[in-house]
Amino acid sequence: MAFAGGYRPSPGRGPSPGFRFTLYAVLSITCMFLDQRGGWLEKARYVLQAAAYPIQLVVRSPAAAWRWLEESFETRAALREENERLRAQNRELMLRTVRYDALVRENAQLRGLTEALPPLIERWLVAEVVNVELSSLRQRLLVNKGAQNGVFKGQAVIDESGLVGQTMRVGPWSAEIILITDPEHAVPVQIERTGVRTIAVGAGDARALALPYLPANADVREGDLLVTSGLGGVFPHGYPVARVTEVRRDAVQPLAQVRATPLAGLDRDREVLLVWFEETHPAAPSSAPVSGDLPAGDPAAQPQPAIRREPRPETPATGGSGSFSPTSDPAVPAATPAIARTAAVQEVPQ
Amino acid sequence: MSARDRQPRTPMLLTTLAALVLTVLPLPAWLDDARPAFVVLAVLFWSITAPRAGGIALGFVAGLMIDVFEGTVLGQHALALSFVTYIAVREHQKIRSKPLFQQALIVFGALFVYEFIVFAIDGWSGHPAMTAGRWLHVATGALVWPLAAALLGRTYEPR
Repeated sequence: MAFAGGYRPSPGRGPSPGFRFTLYAVLSITCMFLDQRGGWLEKARYVLQAAAYPIQLVVRSPAAAWRWLEESFETRAALREENERLRAQNRELMLRTVRYDALVRENAQLRGLTEALPPLIERWLVAEVVNVELSSLRQRLLVNKGAQNGVFKGQAVIDESGLVGQTMRVGPWSAEIILITDPEHAVPVQIERTGVRTIAVGAGDARALALPYLPANADVREGDLLVTSGLGGVFPHGYPVARVTEVRRDAVQPLAQVRATPLAGLDRDREVLLVWFEETHPAAPSSAPVSGDLPAGDPAAQPQPAIRREPRPETPATGGSGSFSPTSDPAVPAATPAIARTAAVQEVPQ
Repeated sequence: MSARDRQPRTPMLLTTLAALVLTVLPLPAWLDDARPAFVVLAVLFWSITAPRAGGIALGFVAGLMIDVFEGTVLGQHALALSFVTYIAVREHQKIRSKPLFQQALIVFGALFVYEFIVFAIDGWSGHPAMTAGRWLHVATGALVWPLAAALLGRTYEPR
């Protein structure tokens, strides 16, 4: 044998390890090539993901069992307290819904439409988080709903306070969600106060997003709300994404260094919502990538039923309407940086 | 010892599965980087002690499962693990006769080669690759090796 290792191939045991290794190496490289190039291996991955799902459930079982135990031993007083709180919350939400309906009608009237548009989110599905991966290289969630529930690749995922991410790989009973904070993910966003469009890129940390394409003179401040701009064809317009926490302007750098904190509880969520949109709705994600390069204060933008963390009774008319705000700066459309437009092309939907 | 005992396929598959579970177990972020590559350790152990039981096929299949779990390019970990398994199977007699301390050094080298292949493929396929944290498990894996080898040894030779 040519190998120095003293492996004695016995007759009838098949080919030598060197030959076998070459075989497996060729197989691996073919796999990688096909997986990287096209959707050839999509089917294989679908099957493998189904096979992997039981193991992922086993891994989660201790935590699930503990939660179940905790819940079953909850005292009557605690339950009553929770019931009380939920009832109060329900009352408040009912009131807000009524007011919202009135606003939608009023808005339609103001815009000369004969009737109010239906809500943007047509259908949603609550999915439970099965597994979490939050490292600096990958920020992913695994949820317990898959193709059998109608989930598709590139579907928007939200929670009750903000954007979570999009589905990346869909198995029969599970789906992998890439979070907006994954370093390979980028969301086209708009600063709500000014209407400036840019791209928010994941920073590899569940509490941080980076806005790398804003010029140093861009009008951005700490506390600004970032909403989705609707470009790129995955997310709808006007959904809350993050709040700016840090703006650094370095005299020698042409671009400002801006960081933002996602509004969604990416590292705390137990449940997320997979959503389907009304396709004909003006605020639905456009299918053409960058063709919808609307001026920043576009009145076609519709208010979203976006649930905010803090109620803002003083300015109900500007509630979730993205950039359609009477107080917005008149010079703003001109301030939309060209770089944001070009950057919008490199949005990564997967 | 009968011939059946020399091919411990059942404990091999069970422990590799257990290692896979340990690999996907959610851990806090600061501990995550230090988590040893349990699957690689298990596969190395079985390729050294029973090279005919699983052989390179074990490395390939286990690597493919890691790819599925971590959502990486299919074949990335499979290639890296097949290579490390191949070396281990080829040199199993030399490695087996060494004391545990020297084995740990060899395992350190093997884990380094493994992570390097994964790292290189990450780079070629255009994924973000460069963080210092990814190399940490090479050291912790080597440190854990004596313990892991002792535990795995118990699963099929209860003497």
